[in-house]
Amino acid sequence: MNYTFQFGDVFAAWPLLLKGTWNTIELSLLAMLFGLALAIACAWGKTAGPKPLRFVINAYIELIRNTPFLVQLFFFFFAMPALGLRWSAHTAALTAMVINLGAYATEIIRAGIESIPKGQIEAGLALNLKRHEIFRFVILKPALKAIYPALTSQFILLMLSSAVVSAISADDLTSVAANLQSQTFRSFEIYIVVAVIYLLLALAFSALFRLIYKASLNYPDRR
Amino acid sequence: MRTFGFPEFLFILEAAKWTVALSLIAFIGGALGGLLVALGRTSENRLAQLLSGGFIQIFQGTPLLLQLFLVFFGAPVLGIEINPWVAAGVALTLNSSAFLGEIWRGCIQAIPAGQAEAAHALSLDYFSRMRFVILPQAMKIALAPTVGYLVQIIKGTSLAAIIGFAEITRAGQIINNATFQPLIVFSVVAAIYFALCWPLSLLASRMERRQAAALAR
Repeated sequence: MNYTFQFGDVFAAWPLLLKGTWNTIELSLLAMLFGLALAIACAWGKTAGPKPLRFVINAYIELIRNTPFLVQLFFFFFAMPALGLRWSAHTAALTAMVINLGAYATEIIRAGIESIPKGQIEAGLALNLKRHEIFRFVILKPALKAIYPALTSQFILLMLSSAVVSAISADDLTSVAANLQSQTFRSFEIYIVVAVIYLLLALAFSALFRLIYKASLNYPDRR
Repeated sequence: MRTFGFPEFLFILEAAKWTVALSLIAFIGGALGGLLVALGRTSENRLAQLLSGGFIQIFQGTPLLLQLFLVFFGAPVLGIEINPWVAAGVALTLNSSAFLGEIWRGCIQAIPAGQAEAAHALSLDYFSRMRFVILPQAMKIALAPTVGYLVQIIKGTSLAAIIGFAEITRAGQIINNATFQPLIVFSVVAAIYFALCWPLSLLASRMERRQAAALAR
């Protein structure tokens, strides 16, 4: 092997890489937030909603979970404008991420909801809590606690798969890397650096999720 | 300009064989690698634990797309001629090795310690212990999640389109560029993936349910 690694060009472009990293963080955080909201709504619909609604939610979940994210992304970016909806690569990417995460997270949260013992819900009814109060305090919070590890690893998988949105040039970290490599031809060095950044991001997100757990869900269980 | 018709549909459908071929390569390679990783993770050798742990951390902590780029752009740097076929095969194999390794590690650790101790007491060596006592039992637990992971592999092969490997997604892009009918093209592409993945998903969840029922007894 007679190759000289030259990281100079890569590190010289640090403002661009920083911007890309920030865009990836922002995109992921937004997708997690909206995806979680969508998933909670769907999980509620799937466990307590009327039958037609359940059917629709099931179809949505199966459709998303059995097709690749890249194809979903192309669908939102290329096919939606053909239907008259004009949006930027950034919005299309965020929408695809939210819809994708929503399907996976619904199944995870539903499993959590189903793990809540019936007696607990009956206790809520006996205390004269309203339906939405029971869902919010008696069902959802313990359910989220029960499936927290699965949910957060799904979040991290989403952050990693956000690299795919570079295929429609949505300004994320991988798009920045692709642009840099076409300018400097230092593809190997660039992708090594970017892979390390993703690894650090994954570690940072899992640290953040541990903090959130400690701050809000770390109460003793009675089992 | 071409419109989307039956020949276009056939073009995309035919590309499905490359998706299936690539998935099989990734699964077989990933199964071999995954077994090594799982055995490394569960072994008593510190070095093996460290190496396989690091391998999992790296491949589960970075995007599959980046792994694909690193192999594709990195191999020429090391002086190896590479085409999208080999790059996609290698990257997907490494990635599946990490994920399958982690799944199987859990299955191996789910086997009660008494089994390994009994094998020890019978003075079976490491190979016989694994081959005849631990792995056959672990395999039973591993079957359902492994079938489930196959779906992830099939979906993962779509990323090979980005480095120019002509599987279903790439075929869809080509047809879309020729017909400008993205709605129907990408619906067809999604439908083909769905037809490949859904039966496997159903099988996996059925196996999971039956296993849960067997354990509950």
